[in-house]
Amino acid sequence: MLNVEGLTLAVTDPDTGQETEILRGNSFSLGQGEALGLVGESGSGKSMTLKCILGIEPPGSKVGGSIELGGTDLLAASGEQLRKVRANELALIAQNPHGALNPVLHVERFLIEGMADARGIPKAEAKARAAGLLRQVGITDTERVLRSYPHQLSGGLLQRVVIAGAISGEPRLLLADEPTTALDVTTQAEVVAILDEKRREHGLSMIFVSHDLDLAAAICDRLAVMKDGAILEIGTPEEIRDRPKTDYTRALMAARPLLHPEGRAPVLPNGTETDV
Amino acid sequence: MSRQTSMEPPVNTVGQDTVSVQAVRRQRLEGPVSGWNRMRRRLGTLGLVCVGVLAVVVLTTIFAPLIAPYDPYAGSVVDRHLPPSPEHWFGTDQSGRDIFSRIIWGARTSLIGPTVVVLVAAAAAVTLALTAVWFGGRVDAFIGRILDILFAFPNMLLAILAVAIFGPSLLTASIALAIGFTPYSARVIRSVALRERNLPYVASAQLQGISGFLITVRHILPNVRTQIFTGMTINFGYAMIDLAALSFLGLGVQPPTPDWGLMVSNGQASLLQGYWEQSVFAGLAIVITVAALGYVGEQLGGRRAAGRTR
Amino acid sequence: MSADLILEAVGLRRTFHLGRRSSVTALDDVSCGVRRGTCLAVVGESGSGKSTLARVIVGLESADAGEVRIDGAEVRPTTSRSRLRARAKLVQMVFQDPQGSLNRSLPVAATIDEMLRVHRPDLDRAERRARVLELFAEVGLTERHADARPTALSGGQKQRVAIARALAAEPEIIVLDEAVSALDVSVQAQVLDLLDRLREEKGLTYLFITHDLSVVRAVADDVIVMRRGRIVERGTVDEILDRPAHPYTRLLLECAPRPGWVPRRGVIEELAQQI
Repeated sequence: MLNVEGLTLAVTDPDTGQETEILRGNSFSLGQGEALGLVGESGSGKSMTLKCILGIEPPGSKVGGSIELGGTDLLAASGEQLRKVRANELALIAQNPHGALNPVLHVERFLIEGMADARGIPKAEAKARAAGLLRQVGITDTERVLRSYPHQLSGGLLQRVVIAGAISGEPRLLLADEPTTALDVTTQAEVVAILDEKRREHGLSMIFVSHDLDLAAAICDRLAVMKDGAILEIGTPEEIRDRPKTDYTRALMAARPLLHPEGRAPVLPNGTETDV
Repeated sequence: MSRQTSMEPPVNTVGQDTVSVQAVRRQRLEGPVSGWNRMRRRLGTLGLVCVGVLAVVVLTTIFAPLIAPYDPYAGSVVDRHLPPSPEHWFGTDQSGRDIFSRIIWGARTSLIGPTVVVLVAAAAAVTLALTAVWFGGRVDAFIGRILDILFAFPNMLLAILAVAIFGPSLLTASIALAIGFTPYSARVIRSVALRERNLPYVASAQLQGISGFLITVRHILPNVRTQIFTGMTINFGYAMIDLAALSFLGLGVQPPTPDWGLMVSNGQASLLQGYWEQSVFAGLAIVITVAALGYVGEQLGGRRAAGRTR
Repeated sequence: MSADLILEAVGLRRTFHLGRRSSVTALDDVSCGVRRGTCLAVVGESGSGKSTLARVIVGLESADAGEVRIDGAEVRPTTSRSRLRARAKLVQMVFQDPQGSLNRSLPVAATIDEMLRVHRPDLDRAERRARVLELFAEVGLTERHADARPTALSGGQKQRVAIARALAAEPEIIVLDEAVSALDVSVQAQVLDLLDRLREEKGLTYLFITHDLSVVRAVADDVIVMRRGRIVERGTVDEILDRPAHPYTRLLLECAPRPGWVPRRGVIEELAQQI
């Protein structure tokens, strides 16, 4: 469904005029309903890859290669085509949910606008669907949330609203850029669980960008390990964990602090053991 | 308290540090690109032209006696309203004085006024803003009130009032304008200094028992200097226009001192008779200087501010 | 409390008033102690009060009630510079944000030099320079880094400089407020190693504030878990991580990503209800 071939990105420093390669000819593809995790450390180019797919790479940078989404080459597409693709096929879940919502409008307006303005669903219908969408992402007091301003809601709740908005358009591809990094651990676990659940329910494909290997492994079918702008290896979470192909992946896994290094698992209530 | 309430979540550094940043870092450690080259890139061609224009203006003020072909005060009624010619490049005014020489000499007064305004306003604004930021709370609120009151008076009104009390002179007009400019600068400096004040390096210095004055001067001030300088260049342009307007109204520089604003004003009467030279050339001098200064300030300040976000 | 406690907090309370009617209790009767030469981890999510605890202990914030004791002597909240200086000789702090931790207008050596001028007035200029380089070597940096500005250093290097700055005062205790949270895992591991080595070499005591349970095993001896201004559970690392008693601790453990982990809404909700 998504086919990225030899993707390169070069940025020119405005002060020195020096050109830096940020992405070095990366190729990967994504099937319908598949989730791919892009993992790596700062500067590995994982977020930039997402930006290229969305067409929001930094000004003054050059993108090369091809990004094909459902038969359309996004790099060759016209502005109008690109707008249509963004509205109908892509949905972005960014790191900071507060940035995703207009601070002076109610949450309800955010959801309605997403459906009505970008995709032409009648306003009345969109309004009726808004509450249902929130219930889908596990929000029970929908009335209050719909009538709240973004700043009145916690980051976790707001990120759920963003997920609700994302699935409302029935996109084909979800682009999640460190969507839980700004959240507390307990909130992160809930939001990630909801994201995973909704994605599967709606059969959406997803690219999940994260610096946390274990987090990405939990909800992705395949992981791509990135370093310095290049994809080092792609494999299932098990392959990456048990049979890493590169020294870097091995080092990355070894560096991760572990809760239970010797495989000890805490005893959970009801006798359930966490899988280790 | 924790990640969400901190000014910038830590994750920004986790996710968005790009390769280019590291490349730049490497390069900086290995030896910086020369400051001149960086400056040139920031300014662009037009910016360099503007710098050239400003350099010419400054040199003119210094070497006025050498450059000016005629005495700016001397003229004979016989020569009044001569059109531009090889002898008088810009023609002569209603008193027969050489306009070109008067513009050259006028650069002095026209630049001294705004310099006084900008320096006085910056000193007052920096003092008020940093005091407010360091002490916070009631002190901040009190200074905020004073600034609000100053805001309520239009600059020109304040200047006219001051001139009415102390008599018209360049100094009176400049200081009055400086007071009018202070709250604008102080607001801007306060907001950036407040951001600085809340950064952990300030907390760390505070913990060592280093005095507030020292922390403010050594740590906070250097980190807001870009905004101070940008504000000063922009204010300089406004001050020049405002002072020209005051001179035009007869409240600033007094005749027969050559001054661009005053020349625009003096030329007004002759303008109606078809003698455009004095007003137009003096006006052009003001416009070109202000535009050049504004552009340079914008390029340096704007780019640098943008470069600082990570 | 027993005699080998170098740092004690007794009955600390702190309420922040946000508006006329709303207030947040960041510390609600918090007492804890750190044994000399060990590391106490304070674990909690945002709003737990863990950072307020750190700020009260170093003196950046004052408590409404309760006291902080260092070496058995009470340290009072103060704005007096000489008392702050005396406290700084005992307790130093390393902050979360590597970028904001250092003055970006100064070469990093100047930041350390300023510390030495305050805490080691006996040193002259050349001796201070030598000491700066010594401190840099201790945290694994070189002279090349010393004369760089913070913008030329990576996050990990900046955090090393912040540690060197803390060491410059030759303190007994270092409060680390999410000191490795903003770093990449590989860098994080290096900095944690460095902290461990320094503790051993210098007999330092750490108060390690973190939201991340997985780094706790790597650094801490004892752990307290905080939630909404209260300590909900305390114990040794093994007790807390392997045999958590409080449902909130269990929830935190369940939610921490780890190899083979799958987030399960049912389990999370069930644990949350027990709190």
